[in-house]
Amino acid sequence: MKHFATALVSSLALMAAPAVAETVAITGGKVVVGDGSAPMDGATVVLRNGRVVAAGTNVTVPANARRIDASGKWVTPGVFAGFSRIGLIEVNAVRATNDTNAADSVFSAALDVQYAVNPFAAPVAVNRAAGVTRAVVSPSTAKSIFGGYGAIVDLGQDSNPITKARAFQFVELGETGHRRAGGSRAAAHIMFRAMLNEARTYSRNPSLFDSDLMKASDAKALLPVINGSTRLLVHVESANDILKVLEFRKDFPSLKLVLVGVNEGWRVANAIAAAKVPVLASALSDLPYSFEDLAATQSNIGRMKQAGVEVAIGMINDRDAHQLRYSMQYAGNLVALNKVPRATGLSWDEAFAAISSKPAEIMGMGAQLGSLKAGRRGDVVIWTGDPLELSTQVENVFIDGVEQSLTNRQQRLRERYRNPAPGALPKAYDR
Amino acid sequence: MELKDLLAVVAAGALVTGCAATAAETETVSASASSASKSPTKTAFPSTYKAYPADNVVITGATIFDGEGQRFDNGVVFMSAGKIVSVGGPETVVPTDSLIIDGTGKYVTPGIIDVHSHLGDYPTPSVAAHNDGNEATSPVTPEVWAEHSVWPQDPGFSRALANGGVTALQILPGSANLFGGRAVTLKNVPARTVQAMKFPGAPYGMKMACGENPKRVYGGRNRKPSTRMGSLSLTRQTWINAQDYQKKRKGAKPPKRDLGKDTLVGVLEGDILVHNHCYRADELNQIIDMSKEFGYKVTAFHHAVESYKIADILAKEGICSAIWADWWGFKMEAYDAIPENAALLQQAGACVIIHSDDENQIQRLNQEASKALADGRAMGIDISDAQAIQWITYNPAKAMGIADQTGSLKPGKMADVVLWNDHPLSVYSRPEKVWIDGAMMYDSNDPSRRPVSDFELGQPGEGDVK
Repeated sequence: MKHFATALVSSLALMAAPAVAETVAITGGKVVVGDGSAPMDGATVVLRNGRVVAAGTNVTVPANARRIDASGKWVTPGVFAGFSRIGLIEVNAVRATNDTNAADSVFSAALDVQYAVNPFAAPVAVNRAAGVTRAVVSPSTAKSIFGGYGAIVDLGQDSNPITKARAFQFVELGETGHRRAGGSRAAAHIMFRAMLNEARTYSRNPSLFDSDLMKASDAKALLPVINGSTRLLVHVESANDILKVLEFRKDFPSLKLVLVGVNEGWRVANAIAAAKVPVLASALSDLPYSFEDLAATQSNIGRMKQAGVEVAIGMINDRDAHQLRYSMQYAGNLVALNKVPRATGLSWDEAFAAISSKPAEIMGMGAQLGSLKAGRRGDVVIWTGDPLELSTQVENVFIDGVEQSLTNRQQRLRERYRNPAPGALPKAYDR
Repeated sequence: MELKDLLAVVAAGALVTGCAATAAETETVSASASSASKSPTKTAFPSTYKAYPADNVVITGATIFDGEGQRFDNGVVFMSAGKIVSVGGPETVVPTDSLIIDGTGKYVTPGIIDVHSHLGDYPTPSVAAHNDGNEATSPVTPEVWAEHSVWPQDPGFSRALANGGVTALQILPGSANLFGGRAVTLKNVPARTVQAMKFPGAPYGMKMACGENPKRVYGGRNRKPSTRMGSLSLTRQTWINAQDYQKKRKGAKPPKRDLGKDTLVGVLEGDILVHNHCYRADELNQIIDMSKEFGYKVTAFHHAVESYKIADILAKEGICSAIWADWWGFKMEAYDAIPENAALLQQAGACVIIHSDDENQIQRLNQEASKALADGRAMGIDISDAQAIQWITYNPAKAMGIADQTGSLKPGKMADVVLWNDHPLSVYSRPEKVWIDGAMMYDSNDPSRRPVSDFELGQPGEGDVK
């Protein structure tokens, strides 16, 4: 309780006194821009007014800048988790802290995670301390194939986590969609088409709308999906389900599709590339978890990339509310594949882009997020070494140019039990 | 896949995963020696494993971690007839008529060992028809044996071998039940039958569980246990009944054979090793006191995310903690997990094992150990690379009762060996070759040395690099 109270107090304090974006010059580090280009040794990164001013080897340090010597360190854009449920869950099994879906709600597509993302959830602080600064946050589904609106968030310590609300709609069209729709893929596809068509009906005369499939709010929520102003993130895994989703654009030509999961993507990589549909793929799936994943391989992302698919790493249903810090490890594993005969991985530069600029670009935020190019938001991490390597630690995290606290309850527990035996007073007094 | 453990339990109906629950039964012990040696369970379902042909192999010039905390730079490993013959520095004398493998720039470890796996009893594809890990029809099922649920065609075994260098593993029942049943130790060698995978001479383990899972599963059905105190009472009464059976079994008129109590007596007599799923520090301590009440020993606490809070007690009691590097927050009793758990235990002199309980992370136990090591070093705890390798080799072997046969590169032990293409604590490292009893069971350079289970034959992706 005490702990909780402390956290609350400091949160309130933060809200009362918004942190200021300083002018910062991070000098001498190995700088990774995050756009797939090679790291630059001895480079400088300048942040001002919450944005990146410049990153490179010929950068002038403003006179008033706070200087941080990053010699021997690596400096990168903050990690961008390409698919997550961060902030929607504190403890998965404690239902009251789990806001990913709403089985007893009458709504589906209209559900909007922006009201549920909790910036003060412990997983936000833990993953921030690990170097994750932005994330795609998606609802999951319960009764409908549609889960609702997802958002782009930051993992900052302030009270406003939303970078972009209603950034996309989420839909299940693989085995989960089959289940949600009533028991077959045919049911999922007719439900998808029928709901979109009824949403069109709604748009012609909202006051007369009456549907057995959804509420007027849901229909309204689907309109920007139909006209392509909001992305539609579609969870599918099997080769055949992927192809069927790509065919939707025959009837709904404006859909802005993004595929999620996509364990068998490599089998139909040419079709995905030709359709110019980007992918937020699970990095290390390599087992037939179900019949939709029979051909899963860790080479999936590398092969899709080689075929010309725009691809980033996402973590759907893979500890996606607590362990976004696995993003770096997953990217590192894709680099490791380059030394395995017949496997296809990513180069180091591509792998880092897959957890920074690529997810940002796929979500239409590339001009603002995901890299250290001039004008991007000032999300920067300073690492003790190669950020994809397991031994590397985080030293500093900036979000929107504001240096962040790296404290979290895991660290507090660690310090309390550094020596487990109680001292002069019980552990409860040790803080 | 994340929540398997959790969902399994939450969903009570379809217990799916790992730590969920089960029970086991039986009776016998396989190999170790015990008093009730005439028990039919000692000889039931015997191992039919036979090592595959082994060459004389010498690896030279590699960095070697021997599994017991030793490191040899520019080292040499010589294996012959399926056994380790010698391990040492460049001066090590080896025969010239062997297959010489240049290990320059590469690394050698003992085969990786996972003390907590559900491969085979919660296999992939993880369809309902495959949910064989929890006999969740009663909270006390010491009579079931995990090996009777293991499907040898689980594709997960091949991934654990090729990507993880895993050569031996313990398959446990889940954690829905207080007494989940008997565990089985396997060689990670594909076979038509489970018997042909059983590790010869390995003692049996017995799965127990405390905490949220049993009370959630049974409390949800308005059955005992619905509370932690209910769990302890039922567990203790079960031990009382087992002691009574043990006494009568030694008497003039032995009771009718009871499969479950045979296993429990096996524990009381030290033949069967207790692997106790338990998260919270206060509950770990309750279990320790219960074990003292009935005179048995807990070999390892599994998933003990709060071990760090009582690292001194666990060191004194000599109980291993089999843990993840960094899982947390998936249920209430996992809320206080911290990534420094392993390092704090090591610092206190307690036994650390990094386990998977997961068909994905069993492919990366070396990476999980590396993360736990790095987090320890970051807080100032000095642990060597070689000690971290021990967390996934010798220590699990010890907790499974097979450390006299495998788990480290000591002369005379089974030649269960991994050649890594980079430092095994690096994210950029993968197994290049894996030997089990001296037979090369995986070679990344040779597609014919990559096992493909029956399930994957004729399917998309058959024989792919995975």
